[in-house]
Amino acid sequence: MDAPQSKSRDLDKLLLRSGNLVGPGFFPGTDLRDDIREYVRVLVVGAGGLGCELLKDLALSGFRNLDVIDMDRIEVTNLNRQFLFRLEDVGKPKAEVAAKRVMERVNGVEIKPHFSRIEDKELDFYNDFNIIALGLDSIEARRYINGVACGFLEYDEDDTPRSETIKPMVDGGTEGFKGHARVIVPGVTPCFECTIWLFPPQVKFPLCTLAETPRNAAHCIEYAHLIKWHEVHGGKSFDPDEPEHMKWVYDEAIKRAELFGIPGVTYSLTQGVVKNIIPAIASTNAIISAACALETLKIVSGCSKTLANYLTYNGGEGLHTKVTEFERDKECLVCGPGILIELDTSITLQKFIDMLEEHPKLLLSKASVKHGKDSLYMQAPPVLEEMHRPNQSKPLYDLMGRVEKDTVHVFGTALKNEEKQSSLTKLRVVFKEVDGVADMDTATLRVNSKRKTPL
Amino acid sequence: MIGLFKVKEKQKEEAKNNNARGASAKKQSAGELRLHKDITELNLPKSCSISFPNGKNDLMNFEVTIKPDDGYYLGGKFVFTFQVSPVYPHEAPKVKCKTKVYHPNIDLEGNVCLNILREDWKPVLNINTVIYGLFHLFTEPNHEDPLNHDAAAVLRDNPKQFEANVKRAMYGGFVGQTSFPRCI
Repeated sequence: MDAPQSKSRDLDKLLLRSGNLVGPGFFPGTDLRDDIREYVRVLVVGAGGLGCELLKDLALSGFRNLDVIDMDRIEVTNLNRQFLFRLEDVGKPKAEVAAKRVMERVNGVEIKPHFSRIEDKELDFYNDFNIIALGLDSIEARRYINGVACGFLEYDEDDTPRSETIKPMVDGGTEGFKGHARVIVPGVTPCFECTIWLFPPQVKFPLCTLAETPRNAAHCIEYAHLIKWHEVHGGKSFDPDEPEHMKWVYDEAIKRAELFGIPGVTYSLTQGVVKNIIPAIASTNAIISAACALETLKIVSGCSKTLANYLTYNGGEGLHTKVTEFERDKECLVCGPGILIELDTSITLQKFIDMLEEHPKLLLSKASVKHGKDSLYMQAPPVLEEMHRPNQSKPLYDLMGRVEKDTVHVFGTALKNEEKQSSLTKLRVVFKEVDGVADMDTATLRVNSKRKTPL
Repeated sequence: MIGLFKVKEKQKEEAKNNNARGASAKKQSAGELRLHKDITELNLPKSCSISFPNGKNDLMNFEVTIKPDDGYYLGGKFVFTFQVSPVYPHEAPKVKCKTKVYHPNIDLEGNVCLNILREDWKPVLNINTVIYGLFHLFTEPNHEDPLNHDAAAVLRDNPKQFEANVKRAMYGGFVGQTSFPRCI
């Protein structure tokens, strides 16, 4: 009789033996498998179509410490593919139900749910994870997480990324029969921002077409949604998740369609146009999540070559996949090294701006300076220049919150190839001798000052 | 490949020392950076001015005032609100006209029919181009893409009447059943 098969039989084939596709520094063995189980922490962003699949796949791939974050509640239309949810779960937070269901089915896995928006978490929260898997549905959310993960990246003096600050991400996305999976290793592969310009612009109809000459059902719906709503409801903002609002838009769209003799307005089309929804298919989600989970395992263990770096899938007519290796944008404002600048803590903002003009790699005149969300100085327009003027005489070190080093962005006019060009550059500012000389000077001052009080 | 050995060591050390990591990363968005750059590079004609009602720390919401120096709307003062989204320049800024105006391409709710604000927006465009586009609406109103059907018809069929209507509206009078606040 055969010995009972180990639960991690398939995983063992990848982790317990070597092969010709393994990564550098791959050490097969039970230690590797146990370390993944005990030490690796993965964050799954989104508990919807991709998120449910990701949680299942990761839990069954030997990961035991998972977190999942999602701000939404379960809706009936989710149930055809978000298989962790049942009819009685409608209305409950997705993250909590998903975590509960996977923990019920996979022995030993710990999943911590977070019912919140990704923007509401502190940056330290994201830094706790070794790898982040994304199951998001918007460019905006991806851009945000990418900004956070790449924000942890630090560079050495010779502009090489410091490996302990690299926070890899695996990003999946689906739309009907199409999907993509990509691997983002900040500092090594292109980040989300590096390739954001590849997105085609969203379809937007001219307002006058909507107002005067509608030709199809979508025009009628958008007329009701964008124009008629405000005419009738004044200041009240339209809430696509409010069924009454959606019904109102649908009724108005029907009236408009009848007026112009346009067929095709249905309630589900109304939802689709207003919310920009494309019907979701369970198999696409399963395929893309599987690719993402596999990449997560490969990145963490080195058990095989990782995807390099963008996989597209199209199942509309047959089945087609392709992997493309996108290149990093060296000047990327989010993940690029920028230019290293070392400064004294005493230097004023004005002096810093003057310095940029002389700096051989920059030659930047009329510079404006931004530090994270804070605008430190703007050269124009006059109304803003005036608001920023008091900063000019303050030390840059103070304006930056007295941190030892941080990223700053500067823009102005640069001389490139003897031509004046507008330029926006990232700078890595490092302050020298932060805890040293300054204190000593104060100490000397104290010793030399005359006593004010008698002995 | 993540160095798992390093991950283990780091976690053990942190548990022992309970020390804080130097994560000085600040929340910032690439869209905001591009917007800041566009704002510093504004090259507005004398007839246009910009103001920031929320101060220097909220540059995503601002107002632009246009005083046409030519055409039917000479002398009038029109205020537009701009709302820039976090995914700028991937998405066009949302622009609405705060001043009620009698214009074929601007409706009474303040919606503006300008191609580059919707179907012709490209990330290579910027705030400057949008403001020039708005300025152009006043110097060359267009009866072919109307949001205000009546105004467009009058402009097309009876330009002299259109001129009179515009003046009456700007001085705070009635055009048909609609009253306009004074803006001149």
